[in-house]
Amino acid sequence: MMRLGRRRRRALVCRDAVALMTAYLDGELAGRDRDRLDAHLAGCPHCAEYLAQLRVTIDALGRADVEDLGDDALREFVGLYRRWQAG
Amino acid sequence: MLVDAIHAGDGAVVVCSAVDGDAALVERVRGGDEAAFAELVRRYQPRLLRLAEATVGNRAVAEEACQDTWLAVVRGVDRFEGRSSFKTWLFRVLLNRARTNATREQRAGHATRGDVDVEEFDANGAWAVPPVPWSDQVDDRLVAEHLAQRVHDLLPALPDQQRQVVVLRDVEGLDAADVAHLLGITDGNQRVLLHRGRARLRELLAAEMGRVR
Repeated sequence: MMRLGRRRRRALVCRDAVALMTAYLDGELAGRDRDRLDAHLAGCPHCAEYLAQLRVTIDALGRADVEDLGDDALREFVGLYRRWQAG
Repeated sequence: MLVDAIHAGDGAVVVCSAVDGDAALVERVRGGDEAAFAELVRRYQPRLLRLAEATVGNRAVAEEACQDTWLAVVRGVDRFEGRSSFKTWLFRVLLNRARTNATREQRAGHATRGDVDVEEFDANGAWAVPPVPWSDQVDDRLVAEHLAQRVHDLLPALPDQQRQVVVLRDVEGLDAADVAHLLGITDGNQRVLLHRGRARLRELLAAEMGRVR
């Protein structure tokens, strides 16, 4: 769990809020820090927008596809396999 | 079982169906089944190459690392015990080999490039330049598809370590502990690299959205 330690009692500033967002998105933020970040997000449209943009970025990454392997490349690997099998 | 065949000059290359699970394919590779090997290559080589490029920062060296990895898979398939997924095992083999093959100069050159926070705050910790709102526009399906394509193109803009972590976490969907273990870094370091990588990509997508609007 990620914690802010001694700074926990103070209200979060935007810099702290942004620093906690990766742990927050991973569900790794301990209870009280999570509550403080939620409270900050409720009152700070800039940080709320930033978090929303991070979520869009992560969603886009999850849908980033790779190109299919071409037939020539596949033949090359199978050739490698056959040479290894032949010893 | 559905089977595809690709006709090569030296005989047909047979690929198993995509419905076969990885574990079943690995079992068949143990028995010397070429078609099962071909299917695993077809399934994972493009992803392996993407991770290899993030690791060594050079297409030619990355391709070589992938070839070494598949040979290591064939040679070491009996040692795969199924405690992790095949994908995680494959990535581990690649990362071990790529780290060995990359020159010290390549690693030193890429480890620190752009490896800083991209957000800017004033002395009180408030935004110096607040983010321009655009996230609500991504509800549009076409915009979302455009961003998914663009983010793939933008991945090479990240420093190698950030790119590795982002690819493993957000593209491949591995969990934080597995990624830290695979890369030989602490959980805290993994989180910092992920944060910086995502923040940089968010910034690049923001510029992209500025062009879309």
